Amino acid sequence: MHCVVFTRATPDTAAKVEVGANGAVTWGDAALVVNPWDEYALEEAIVQTQNGGKTTVIALGGEMHLDALKHSLAMGINDAMRIDDPALDPTDSLAYARTAAAAVKKLGDVTLVLFGKESVDVGTDQHIYGTARKLGWAMLSAVSKIIALDEVAGTIQVERLLEQGKEVVTAKLPAVVSVTKEINEPRYPSFIGIRKASKAVIPVLSLADLGISAAASPTRIDAYRNLPVRDSQVEMINGTPEEQAAILVDRLLGEKVL
Amino acid sequence: MSEVLVWIETFHGAALPTSWEALGAGKALADKLGVPLTALVLGENASTVAKVAGEQGAASALICDDATLKVYRLEAYAALLTKVVQERKPRAVLAVATTRGRELLAASAADTDSGMLADISSFEAQSDGGITAVRPVYAGKILSDAAVNAGGTQFLTLRGRAFRPNAANAAGSLAITQIAPALSEDQIGTKIESFQEAASTVNLGDAAIIVSGGRGMDKNPKEAPAGSANAAVWKAQDGFANTLQPLADVLGGAVGASRAAVDAGYIPYAHQVGQTGKTVSPDLYIACGISGAIQHQAGMRTSKVIVAINSDKDAPIFKMARYGLVGDLYKIVPAVTAELKKRLGK
Ligand SMILES: Cc1cc2nc3c(=O)[nH]c(=O)nc-3n(C[C@H](O)[C@H](O)[C@H](O)COP(=O)(O)OP(=O)(O)OC[C@H]3O[C@@H](n4cnc5c(N)ncnc54)[C@H](O)[C@@H]3O)c2cc1C
Ligand SMILES: Nc1ncnc2c1ncn2[C@@H]1O[C@H](COP(=O)(O)O)[C@@H](O)[C@H]1O
Repeated sequence: MHCVVFTRATPDTAAKVEVGANGAVTWGDAALVVNPWDEYALEEAIVQTQNGGKTTVIALGGEMHLDALKHSLAMGINDAMRIDDPALDPTDSLAYARTAAAAVKKLGDVTLVLFGKESVDVGTDQHIYGTARKLGWAMLSAVSKIIALDEVAGTIQVERLLEQGKEVVTAKLPAVVSVTKEINEPRYPSFIGIRKASKAVIPVLSLADLGISAAASPTRIDAYRNLPVRDSQVEMINGTPEEQAAILVDRLLGEKVL
Repeated sequence: MSEVLVWIETFHGAALPTSWEALGAGKALADKLGVPLTALVLGENASTVAKVAGEQGAASALICDDATLKVYRLEAYAALLTKVVQERKPRAVLAVATTRGRELLAASAADTDSGMLADISSFEAQSDGGITAVRPVYAGKILSDAAVNAGGTQFLTLRGRAFRPNAANAAGSLAITQIAPALSEDQIGTKIESFQEAASTVNLGDAAIIVSGGRGMDKNPKEAPAGSANAAVWKAQDGFANTLQPLADVLGGAVGASRAAVDAGYIPYAHQVGQTGKTVSPDLYIACGISGAIQHQAGMRTSKVIVAINSDKDAPIFKMARYGLVGDLYKIVPAVTAELKKRLGK
């Protein structure tokens, strides 16, 4: 079985993210990490192919994603690929979905495509669903467990964790699956894995290599902005617990939030 | 036909309350564009829900309660939404940014090669026909001004509690059109085998008031019963159930938690607020025994009024709070609960 995982780099979640004077997003000297949600997808790809099969990780975009790909290889993913093209608009989900689907089709023999829940930075998750639709494959989101995957029968059965409860659902393969953190415990890269990954040369493909051309993006980003300053002068409420409680309730009644 | 289409998300045949926010936002957009507002209601009980949509401002409703749509399945719902979009070419399609709303609209936007902006907190129609919107990004640390260009159908999912529903008007008239499903059962590859409803569903996204607990919950002065596997876990679980829940109950609110509390097994993940949990923006957020790490702030910083209760006067949570109470949550929270009961006459 050939299993593909999509991932990319994001600033560390503890980073102080700001918009600089030139309008660019900055995160100081915080590290770029593999999108934390995608670690679960990478781990699941390794688990699902441990009795035979192969795994490929793909990132769309510039060199900033290299370390995320190397981290994936160090965890134990077999192959990595980066798709980079000046004509690719990485902020538009439609352009993304077309490209991601073309990459999967080019690989040819893929049974399962895995995604994390969302990216911790722009967090739209719509890349995932767009990719599934452009492939024309079944889409299973919020998967907390792959119960059975039967390549011969061409079916996959999963447990999904939804707002109102747990659903068990069977779908046809090939399928696109996005996973939640309950699915597994992502491994740390081994020392040998890190050494091997550091030497890997990761191929970069253009849109022409995938046999597609860029289409006009229907969305755009005009600007990034810092948050309006929160005018919350904190009022410290002192006294015994009972006094604190009485004053707090006074204030809350005054705020009309009760 | 030029119209604004709003998908009314339902569960067990009832609309999610936040769906009416989407309909409210849809009404404002339709009025500005001078086009009618249409509600799309699929599945169990669709005609009853559609009537409510009429009272909430929809001029017409498209409904389909075919057996294949009784319970939400992306495949069946997306095929029908796509067919509706292809046939009617609405100006815009709106829904609440729930798991289902996000995947359904994204699927149909991809099917129809349309532009989509997910999880937006405000939007505006521009004179050139484009729609500009504000999306919080980097876990709410900054904002992006995004836009869907003019031409084609514009898909938007709306952050819960960021938009206002319309005032209900029981006299509203509504034209209901029955539509046919796009797929028959044997064309649908996904089969739902079982559904186990969560014992207690926490709908943090809908809650106007949230009372959250963090790692400090394990400072419960109660003695863990002899033989309990882990005293700290027992104490924290008891605190969530018997100290925080009663406060949430008098306020009619929901209970949230920090990741530290969730990871330690004090409370299920469904309660987690933050970057890797739920993003919430209630009117009132009370953080108890939570230090206020940046990843926690990411999920609750847009709350209208924040109250912090923490024994450490230097905890970062006080920097973003409106009201700060330094002290032991196990003394302060019960006092606040008692005071509220008295003042709210409960
Ligand atoms: C990738 C990533 C994602 C993350 N996502 C999230 C997320 O989604 N949500 C989230 O919350 N965190 C998240 N975190 C974790 C975050 O960094 C913090 O570790 C976490 O929020 C801390 O939780 P806490 O405030 O409950 O615990 P602590 O930081 O340990 O704070 C406990 C607080 O309780 C106070 N306290 C102790 N006893 C009492 C008492 N008796 N009365 C009153 N106060 C008391 C202490 O003074 C202290 O301030 C994430 C981290 C990473 C790396
Ligand atoms: N540029 C990219 N390259 C590869 N995968 C991506 C990229 N952007 C997003 N993804 C994947 O899509 C998922 C959803 O991301 P997002 O739509 O940004 O929330 C992430 O978990 C990643 O797996």
